[in-house]
Amino acid sequence: MTISDLTDRFGLLAVGLAAFVVVMLALYGLAELASRRNRSRLVATVFLFPAVLFLGVGLVYPAVRTVVMSFFSDDGSAFVGFENYGWVFSNDDALQTLVNTALWIVIVPLLSTALGLVYAVLVDGRKGERVYKALVFLPMGISFVGASIIWKFIYEYDASGAQIGLLNQVLVWVGIDPVNWLLNFPFNNFLLMVVLIWIEVGFATVVLSAALKGVPTEIIEAARIDGASPSEIFWNVTVPSIRSAIVVVAVTVFIATLKLYDIVKAMTGGHHGTDVLAQNMMDQAFRLGNDGRGATMAVLLFVLVIPVVIYQVRNMRRQELEAR
Amino acid sequence: MSVKTEPWAPKRPATDSGLGESSGERLRRILTSRLASIVAIVIAVLWTIPTAGLFITSFRPENDIRESGWWTVFTDPNFTLETYNYVLYSDSAGGGLVKNLINTVVITIPGVLVPVAFAAMAAYALSWIDFKGRNTLYIAMFALQVVPLQMALIPLLSFFSRGLAIGDFTIMPAWELDGVDTIVQVWIAHSIFGLPLAIFLLHNFMRELPRDVMEAARIDGASHSQTFRKVVLPLMTPALASIGIFQFLWVWNDFLVGRTFAPQSAAKPLTAVLGDMAGTWGFGWVRLPAAAFIAIIVPLIVFLLLQRYFVRGLLAGSVKG
Repeated sequence: MTISDLTDRFGLLAVGLAAFVVVMLALYGLAELASRRNRSRLVATVFLFPAVLFLGVGLVYPAVRTVVMSFFSDDGSAFVGFENYGWVFSNDDALQTLVNTALWIVIVPLLSTALGLVYAVLVDGRKGERVYKALVFLPMGISFVGASIIWKFIYEYDASGAQIGLLNQVLVWVGIDPVNWLLNFPFNNFLLMVVLIWIEVGFATVVLSAALKGVPTEIIEAARIDGASPSEIFWNVTVPSIRSAIVVVAVTVFIATLKLYDIVKAMTGGHHGTDVLAQNMMDQAFRLGNDGRGATMAVLLFVLVIPVVIYQVRNMRRQELEAR
Repeated sequence: MSVKTEPWAPKRPATDSGLGESSGERLRRILTSRLASIVAIVIAVLWTIPTAGLFITSFRPENDIRESGWWTVFTDPNFTLETYNYVLYSDSAGGGLVKNLINTVVITIPGVLVPVAFAAMAAYALSWIDFKGRNTLYIAMFALQVVPLQMALIPLLSFFSRGLAIGDFTIMPAWELDGVDTIVQVWIAHSIFGLPLAIFLLHNFMRELPRDVMEAARIDGASHSQTFRKVVLPLMTPALASIGIFQFLWVWNDFLVGRTFAPQSAAKPLTAVLGDMAGTWGFGWVRLPAAAFIAIIVPLIVFLLLQRYFVRGLLAGSVKG
C-alpha cells in the first residue's frame, strides 16, 4: 500500500462529504426561504426533492426500463415479444432455476419462522434469556458472503485423508464415508438453504420474542389453570395472540429469500443444479451479456413480490384507518 | 407494517381443573421444562459453532488448515497471526485487502449518511407538512420497499456508463468514472436502494411525535425547517441511530451493489472481493477465514454494542428493499 492509495480514497471521501454538506445547506436554505413565505407546498417540495429524485431516477425509471428490456433481444436491438419468457419456461436450466427458487421461498421462510418461534418460546423468561437470544441473533450481523465462507468450511470435503469440514468429520466419527456435499444434487440446494435459515432464525426469534412479551400472562395462566397442556397453550393461545408478528416475519424472510444472490454465488456459483432467480439474473445480464434474459428474470422476481406489495399496502391502509 | 398483538379471544370454558396439580402433573411439567432447556441449549450451541470454527481456523497456520479440522486445536494448539498479515498487506495474490477494507469504509460513510439524511427530510414532509397527494406519495414510496433492487441494476448501470439521452439530445453525459472514482456510483446506488426502507421506518417514528409539541413550535413562530432542525431531529435521535445501523450493516455487508457498480479491483469493497474468492475457491482458500473475519468483525462489534437500536428498528417493521 502506498500513500497515494490512501489519498485517492480518503480524498474521494472528503470530496463526497463536502458535496453532501453543500447540498444539505442549499436545501435547508431553500426550505427556510419557502417557509418564510409560508407556502407549505413549496416547503414540502424542497424536503421531498432529493428522495423523489433518487427514487425516480434510480428505481422507478430503471424498473420500467427493465420491463421494456425483457421484451427485447439480448443485445437490445430487436423487439422479440414474449420470446424471453418462453425461454424461461422451456429451457431446462432456467426451469431448474425456477424450481429451486420455488423450493427456497417455501422452505426458508417456513423453517426460519418455525424455528424462531419455537426458540423464542423456549427461552422466554428463562434465566440468561438475553444471552440465549444474542447467540442466535449474532449471524444477523454477518454478511451473506461471510456466512457462505463459514458454511463452505463446514461442508468442505476431502477425497483422501483427514476431513477439515465439520459435517464430514461427524460422518467419519459415526463411521460413514464422507460426502462431497455441494456437488450432491438435489440435496445441495437444502445445504445452501441452511445458511440463510441460520441467519434468519435470529431475526425471527427477536421479533417473535418481543411479540410474546405482549401476550398478557393472565391468559396463559388461565389456560394452564383450565388444565391445558403446554402444546395446547402453544397452539391455542400463544400462536393466535402473535399471529400478526408471525406474518410479518414470514413475509420479510420471504422477500429476503426471493432476492437472495450472495449465498448461491459465493458457494456454488449457481452450478451443480443450485441456481436461483436472482443469481441467474446476474449471470445472464453481467456474465453472459444477455440483457433481455436478465431483465426477464428480474421481472419474474418483481411479479413474485406483487402479492406482497398489495397485501402490505392494504394492511397499511387499514392501520391508518384504525389510527384515525 | 408493524408488529402488534392481536386481541385474544378467550376460549376454553373453565372445566374440571383446580389450582392444585397432582404429583404426576408436576413430574411432567419438570420433564418438559428439562427438555425445553436441552433443546434451547442445543440450538444455541449449533448456532454458535460455525462462527467459532471460522474464528479458530483463521488463527491457524496455513498447512494446519489444509490438513486438519479446527477442532484439533484443542489437543494440538498451534496459532499464528501470519495469515492476517498476509491478507491485509502482502502484494502477492490474495493479499493487500487493506485497500479493499478502506474502500468499504469510504463507501459506507456516505452510503449511510446520504440516504438517512434524505429519508429524514422526506419522512418529515410526509408526516407533518400538509399538501395535496401526500398519502398517495407515501403509499408509492412504501410499495417501493419490496421492489427487488435487481429490477434497477441493468438500467442504472447503463445510466452511469452511457448517460441519458432522448434521441440525439443528451440530458446527462456518460460519467466515464475510472478506478477508485467508481465508488461514487456505489454511493449513489446505495443511497437509492436504502431510501424506501429508511423513509418507511422514519415515517413510522415521526408520526408518533406528540402533536402538542409540533403545534407549540408552530405557535412560537418556528418555520418548518426550524421545527425540523430544532425539534424533530433531536427527538428522532434514537430512530436515526436505529435506521443508521440498519443501513450500515446493509452497506458494509453488501456484495451485489458493490460488485455491480465498482467492478474494477481498485474500487471493490472487501465483501465483493471475498465473495469472488469464495466463489472460485482458488489456491488461496486457506487464507479465506482470516480475510472473512476481517470483514465480519467490524459489523459484528457494532451490532453487539448497538443491538438495542437495531432491535427497535426491526420491531418498527422491516422489509428491506
